[in-house]
Amino acid sequence: MLNTEKDLELRSQDTICVNESRLQHKWYHNIKYLIVGILFGIVFIKAEVISWFRIQEMFRLQSFHMYGVIGSAVLVGMISVWIIKKMGIRTIYGEQIVLHPKQFNKGQIYGGLIFGLGWGITGACPGPLFAQIGTGATVIIVTLLSAVAGTWVYGLLRDKLPH
Amino acid sequence: MLSFLKDPWPWYVAGPLIGLTVPLLLILGNKSFGISSSLRHICAACIPAGIPFFKYNWKKEVWNLLFVSGIIIGGVLIHQSTPVAVNPELVKELAGYGITDFNQLVPQQLFSWQSLFTLRGVIIMVLGGFLVGFGTRYAGGCTSGHAIMGLSNLQLPSLIATISFMVGGFVMVNLILPYILSLTI
Repeated sequence: MLNTEKDLELRSQDTICVNESRLQHKWYHNIKYLIVGILFGIVFIKAEVISWFRIQEMFRLQSFHMYGVIGSAVLVGMISVWIIKKMGIRTIYGEQIVLHPKQFNKGQIYGGLIFGLGWGITGACPGPLFAQIGTGATVIIVTLLSAVAGTWVYGLLRDKLPH
Repeated sequence: MLSFLKDPWPWYVAGPLIGLTVPLLLILGNKSFGISSSLRHICAACIPAGIPFFKYNWKKEVWNLLFVSGIIIGGVLIHQSTPVAVNPELVKELAGYGITDFNQLVPQQLFSWQSLFTLRGVIIMVLGGFLVGFGTRYAGGCTSGHAIMGLSNLQLPSLIATISFMVGGFVMVNLILPYILSLTI
């Protein structure tokens, strides 16, 4: 068994999204995340967020749609996080909700620019890649595997890259 | 009601629903919303190769893999029946690159198994995917982790990352992509 604290520290490396829960659960507790994922995927498709065309319009300033989607998502997220903090809302297991502040590093600029270039070509960030595969665009499996390869190469070169 | 189910949802319906994922995941189990992490967990689970960055207990992050599996299932369940209504200027421009089919959310003429055998297809699907995977991890998150989760939590690094995403996207789409789309091989 790995040291939990050390493990959390390692997982927090270069990531904004950390599983802060210290509780151990049986596997079936994770099914609720599958359901949230399904609902999330449905919204992605119904709002055409996963459309290559919508992303092209966004970067050509030809449509407000994506700006509206991301902007209103951020606004609702901000208000929700504020309420959670203000009211000290806990998880359904009674655990305190923890949000770690993130440190700036140059990777957010270099990596951000690199991701932006890829986003402009593929018209998809990681989430939409999964949804596109679901809609039957099976060739996107290649793009997803390539993204996994990109993540792996980053892990390999991490110490040599400027941060 | 029927047209609401059939037609594409407007941004003011979809955006808030996506935003609600943030508190939902936090309340369900202290999980910070983020999707690109799943790519790292796949590396940690399948090909860690002794790289320290992938040597952690990925089983604790199974929730994230189930979440993205759910996104795939969502795609299987729902079919967008109407063609994508694309801005006429974009329609005109894309026609010049031989992209005329707007029936699918991803253009068939770019993303298909056949076009994987063209230079244009390889750049778009293989190189594009690589940049997405490498860049998101280097930046520490993607549109969900930085732009939505990070900004929701008022994190300056996430704002910097989000601006960088947008700059990269604008440069690619307006300055570089036209040359890639013009490739006929």
